[in-house]
Amino acid sequence: MADVPAKLAVSESARAVLDAAKAPDASVAAREFVAQVDRDAAFQLEACVHCGQCAQACHFYQAGGDPRYTPVYKLRPMLHAFRREAAPFASLRRLLGLAPAAPRERELHEWSELLYDSCNLCGRCTLACPMGIDIAALVRRAREGMAAGGFAPRDHYQAAERALETGSPIGVRWPALRRQIELQEEETGLPVPVDAEGAEYMVVLSSIEIMGYPEGIGALAKIFRQAGASWTLPSAGFEATNIGVQIGSRAIAAELVSRIVAAAERLRVQCVVSPECGHAYSALRWEGPNLIGRRYGFEVVQIDELLERFVREGRLRLAGRDARRLTFHDPCQLVRRGGLAGPTHRLMRAVSANCVEMPDAGAASYCCGGGGGVSAIHRAEELRFAAFAAKKRQIEATGAEALVTSCSNCRNVLEEAIDHDGMTLPVLGLAELVAQHLATAEAGK
Amino acid sequence: MSGLALLEFSRGPALWLSLAVLAAGSLWRIAGILRLGARPDLSEPRGTRLFAGAMRGVLARMVPHAAMRRATGLASWNAYLYHAGLAVLVLGYRPHIEFIRRLTGLAWPALPEPVVFVFVGCVFVPLFLALLMRLDDPVRRLLSGFDDYFSWIVVMLPMFTGMAVISLSYADGAPAAVPPYPLPVALHLLSVELLFVWLPFGKLAHTFLVFASRGVTGAALARKGAAL
Repeated sequence: MADVPAKLAVSESARAVLDAAKAPDASVAAREFVAQVDRDAAFQLEACVHCGQCAQACHFYQAGGDPRYTPVYKLRPMLHAFRREAAPFASLRRLLGLAPAAPRERELHEWSELLYDSCNLCGRCTLACPMGIDIAALVRRAREGMAAGGFAPRDHYQAAERALETGSPIGVRWPALRRQIELQEEETGLPVPVDAEGAEYMVVLSSIEIMGYPEGIGALAKIFRQAGASWTLPSAGFEATNIGVQIGSRAIAAELVSRIVAAAERLRVQCVVSPECGHAYSALRWEGPNLIGRRYGFEVVQIDELLERFVREGRLRLAGRDARRLTFHDPCQLVRRGGLAGPTHRLMRAVSANCVEMPDAGAASYCCGGGGGVSAIHRAEELRFAAFAAKKRQIEATGAEALVTSCSNCRNVLEEAIDHDGMTLPVLGLAELVAQHLATAEAGK
Repeated sequence: MSGLALLEFSRGPALWLSLAVLAAGSLWRIAGILRLGARPDLSEPRGTRLFAGAMRGVLARMVPHAAMRRATGLASWNAYLYHAGLAVLVLGYRPHIEFIRRLTGLAWPALPEPVVFVFVGCVFVPLFLALLMRLDDPVRRLLSGFDDYFSWIVVMLPMFTGMAVISLSYADGAPAAVPPYPLPVALHLLSVELLFVWLPFGKLAHTFLVFASRGVTGAALARKGAAL
């Protein structure tokens, strides 16, 4: 097993972002806003006709009708910085005194709420925009400026510091994971391989799963055993979540991704399995190679995508289906933004005999309210519960007895919101549900 | 300056100058964006038909997503109406076709005048409604600035000045070289030229930017196999 030091090494560029929080600087934010606008982003920013249709798609706007929560409005500081410094006709605008003012500190503190607390990066607004502007992707870019300038939420900086120094945003270290592994080995009677070199699959986990839903580790042991696939967990680089993509810092995100990549290369695995966590998948699958500046030498697959593949190939045999009236919550980064609508819904139907789809299920489903790092912002809690109203309407329309999802952060957020609203509805993990319906007798123990 | 002199100016130097600004400004705006460049995406694509994705992006966004139609219905239908109306007026009205023929040598059959007049209404009413919605809706009011209102005026001016010359229309044949009332025609032309001059600099540039914006998003989402 890899030696895990008390504090992990942190690069200077990642440390600089953490330090920015101590002395916020609007000019640094403005420079980063401008740097973030490349050709594709500029085409989109310049195409906005201010129709406001994105507001109608946003559950934060719907919650209270506050026009400041209009998705494209959240981009204003980045748009102004771009129009002032780098957009076509910027020098002409400055010459004529028509350039927008440079972003100011007070404005950016106000925008911290708009770009972080009231945006899940869920991309429903992107779906609504008649100009085809990928507003969620632009908010992700705008957060780079906010984080570099020191204007991201304090909770995010703290989580980023923990993730960089301990390997986990909530401080989960290897001994804690090892303990959970041991408990699951006892529970299932199955071994959980750790640091197995040359394994076919290396599974990474989220801290929420490790501490909140450790039975998922046992479920993995059952699943890989029946599929006849070799697998392993890494003792270093096991954390899949990436606070870097949530706070909006390429430097932090790159450092966190590179730990997983290092583990995969050290163990010479063929495939890294991203867990039931939407943004972890997005960070590892889509952003990762761009963050570290090179292509991977391994495949990245999300766990439910892999399970559906196993079922389709006949490597996993399922026995019986859940008879309860179930409905599936689509994690935004997996389904709407990640291209996994097909596998997750097929897998859901494979284990549920009475699956009722929510209105607008799939691409247009509402976010749980906690994605994009919102669940980690304490000051945003009431706003998040208010925004849950849209999801609640979708859930209640199904009359479901239980809710299933394929993201542990969604699961955690949904459980909190359901409890907050006085609802009684269990929330289940899809992979865990699959593990409960494996055909072999020993796996069902 | 007499009406005739103004007409000559609007048909001559003003027209060519405005067209030059339209072309140069549009090219400058596009080039200014292209020069920003884009980083290559190193992630393994799920879909590789990026051009098809871009085309899908362009076409798919012509119709609001089914889940959003209820909330955006009026605004969408209103926008369809004035965009379609403007297209019919510009491309279907005989004097406009003659104008284009003089400039480019290209011509096509005109629509009957009563049909065109119906579409005049399809532009006026929705454009006023669009302005009312912009002033009344807190979201659109918050998003709006000088560009939004000035662009509205710049689009409306040719409509108003066009109404003033509509009685000078002709049932058949080419327009007279010198219309009986040159001043209204000159003002109509000048208002159109103002539109040409403003178009590349403000939100009216969505005329061409919309295709790029929808295209890059369509390609990026197709690459991930994500919802469009």
